[in-house]
Amino acid sequence: MEDPIQTDVLPSAPSEPKQGTELLHEELLHQGVEVMFGYGGGAIMPMFDRLYDSPIRFVLSRHEQGAGHMADGYARATGKVGVCIATSGPGATNLTTALATAYMDSIPIVALTGQVATSIIGNDAFQEADITGITRSITKYNVLVQDVGDLRRVVREAFYIARTGRPGPVLVDLPKDVQMGCKVPRPDVQMNLPGYRPRRKGHMRQIKLAAEAINASERPVLYVGGGVLLADAVKELRELALRGNIPVTTTLLALGVFDQVADARLSLEMLGMHGTAYANYAVQNCDVLVAIGARFDDRVTGRVDTFAPRARIVHIDIDPSSISKSVKVDIPVVGDAKLILEEMLPLIKPRERTAWFRQIEEWKRKHPLVYDRSSSRIKPQAVIEEISRQTAGEAIITTGVGQHQMWAAQFCRCRHPRHFITSGGLGTMGFGFPAAIGAQVGRPDRTVVDIDGDGSFQMTITEIATAVEQKLPIKVVILNNGFQGMVRQWQEMFFSRRYCATRLNNPDFAKVAEAYGAKGMTIREKADVTDAVRELLASPMLTVADFHVEPEENVYPMVAVGKALHEMDMGALPSWEPTESMV
Amino acid sequence: MERKAVFSVLVQNQPGVLARVAGMFAARNYNIDSLVVGRTEDPALSRMVLVTSGDEATLEQIRKQLGKLVSVVKVRDLTEQPCVVRDLLLIQVACPPERRAELKHVAEIFRGGIVDVSSRSVTIQLTGPEEKVEAFVELCRPYGIRELSRTGVIAVPRDSSQGSQSPAIRRGVPDAAAGETASAVASIPRRTGRA
Repeated sequence: MEDPIQTDVLPSAPSEPKQGTELLHEELLHQGVEVMFGYGGGAIMPMFDRLYDSPIRFVLSRHEQGAGHMADGYARATGKVGVCIATSGPGATNLTTALATAYMDSIPIVALTGQVATSIIGNDAFQEADITGITRSITKYNVLVQDVGDLRRVVREAFYIARTGRPGPVLVDLPKDVQMGCKVPRPDVQMNLPGYRPRRKGHMRQIKLAAEAINASERPVLYVGGGVLLADAVKELRELALRGNIPVTTTLLALGVFDQVADARLSLEMLGMHGTAYANYAVQNCDVLVAIGARFDDRVTGRVDTFAPRARIVHIDIDPSSISKSVKVDIPVVGDAKLILEEMLPLIKPRERTAWFRQIEEWKRKHPLVYDRSSSRIKPQAVIEEISRQTAGEAIITTGVGQHQMWAAQFCRCRHPRHFITSGGLGTMGFGFPAAIGAQVGRPDRTVVDIDGDGSFQMTITEIATAVEQKLPIKVVILNNGFQGMVRQWQEMFFSRRYCATRLNNPDFAKVAEAYGAKGMTIREKADVTDAVRELLASPMLTVADFHVEPEENVYPMVAVGKALHEMDMGALPSWEPTESMV
Repeated sequence: MERKAVFSVLVQNQPGVLARVAGMFAARNYNIDSLVVGRTEDPALSRMVLVTSGDEATLEQIRKQLGKLVSVVKVRDLTEQPCVVRDLLLIQVACPPERRAELKHVAEIFRGGIVDVSSRSVTIQLTGPEEKVEAFVELCRPYGIRELSRTGVIAVPRDSSQGSQSPAIRRGVPDAAAGETASAVASIPRRTGRA
């Protein structure tokens, strides 16, 4: 394996026996771990004891799910592997939502869990849970360490698997006796992964075919996903778009991969169920669609058999199982997006494509993202626009899941990679706030704003204690509509406005924040939004700003389930002009 | 179009690997017709032979998803190449002493052998490709099947290097140990014996 972290020899060949926790700690340091997020308990106590005087920073969450999302947010903001740790049984099962979230979005995290001693595994011991069994389908890999002698190798493999290939979460289960046991370590640590050989270099013939298809195209679109971020191919992507003169649409996870401000002419922003009309129309009308590190999620494609009906589809992805999984691909290129784009760039010829860009400009002019600005109430979109304006796209935005997430995706002007952090695949409510904690820990130099919903925020509101304790000046914006808003919107549209169990009777969020020692703000008047956002952004401490917004605002455009991408519901605003969606 | 596929999957011999493979099938809603795990010549590796069915796109996904599992070292679709496929059957058939000779004769036609006898039944052992085993089971049905156990198929590809063919093909006679060659099997009707 080419990478030096994986193939070292220990500096001195030690002959003294070492305890499991010591070996584990050595490997964590060797992997460059600077911070861990977690919560203790009986079966992980030996490892916590080793962390007592460790140089690794420890962030104590108030719930293990929070710790998992923090590691995830840290990984997304920094590009490093996030590490979380929990005890056996309930501690480990509480991590599962966070693991599933990271798995769906291909985020590299390593979860360490305590386990009862090997001698009593399977005896229904106190706080025993078969966590490797439970998490098998929501981790990229997991392993129960059986022997102290295996510890360093197994942990090394865990980090290697987590961050290479298509990244993902790896769980290492550590029985108490393995943590406590002593062994003379081997002088070298050899990984043993005969079945794991992620392909990095793309096939040159396929790359040429892809380049030829792009060069011949009159109406190409680049459809860019989180894989470009994971492959660190942001620069190469921009070069491809600029050199080839190709418009770019990104998925939710790839927001910020392409600068919506500096390269506005080429930017179509987000596509999909709540994407922009111009992105969706462009995809439906393109003749070549180049998917890069994206996986044709059902929230992106709409009805699959009507997706990009006129396009030859090029798909660049490191995961062969992503190719032709839901949409048949014409030119697959398997490998690392950065390496493939580097090879492809010299083959790309500049083209004018005047008619195509004229069409896109017309769509942009006729179908901008809009909302009713004349309303006397606070519109959630207006709050997001104001945050985006005042931070100029330089802040790291995290979100929960639901309406506020879609508005954030639509109305934040995303400029930098790793600055829009959200749970895409799993759609985990409660993700935004702990992810913001992880992001702020990893990027203390950046303003971190959690744009959250009243429903989402309450799912992980306990972590205010963590953020206050760690003195993290995170800005929490609650777009409080008193509803589980997205579900309410669907009830309005598809269930005859029968609002079953979506109304939320909320606490006074400002007072809750103050009770924890944070700053709280409540904003009810439209006229106060600008100043409130200014005050929020200037606050040096954790601040929760509770914006009481229009309760029954809907997210538009919307592609209903089962509809084609161009069959968008545009809402009822007068500014929409009818147009021919298919040209 | 749906078809059957036989995958030969080389895996690391480690705890949980069967659960990983079986769990992937369950999680992704793929069907397993049969699954056999056994040791190989290398103690660090096991081989699974897995029979499944689906359309081409599904089978392609199954192959890729198997390959994606970290513990899986190699995946081969044996239906894409000539291979030797065998299933082992143990079947206990209700059989009064006066009908033993006739049942023994049927078993011999299929190159099966009687491995246990009682006053009420005989137990027959038989190996062969699935179709042959199924044909024999159908022939036993009128007697009354008391208990039946099958291993599921195991398979190895035929050695495609020059001059190497199954002894049965080379000699032009049925392979005494293992039954018929693939072409001979095709001529056995699948539902023999059913009214």
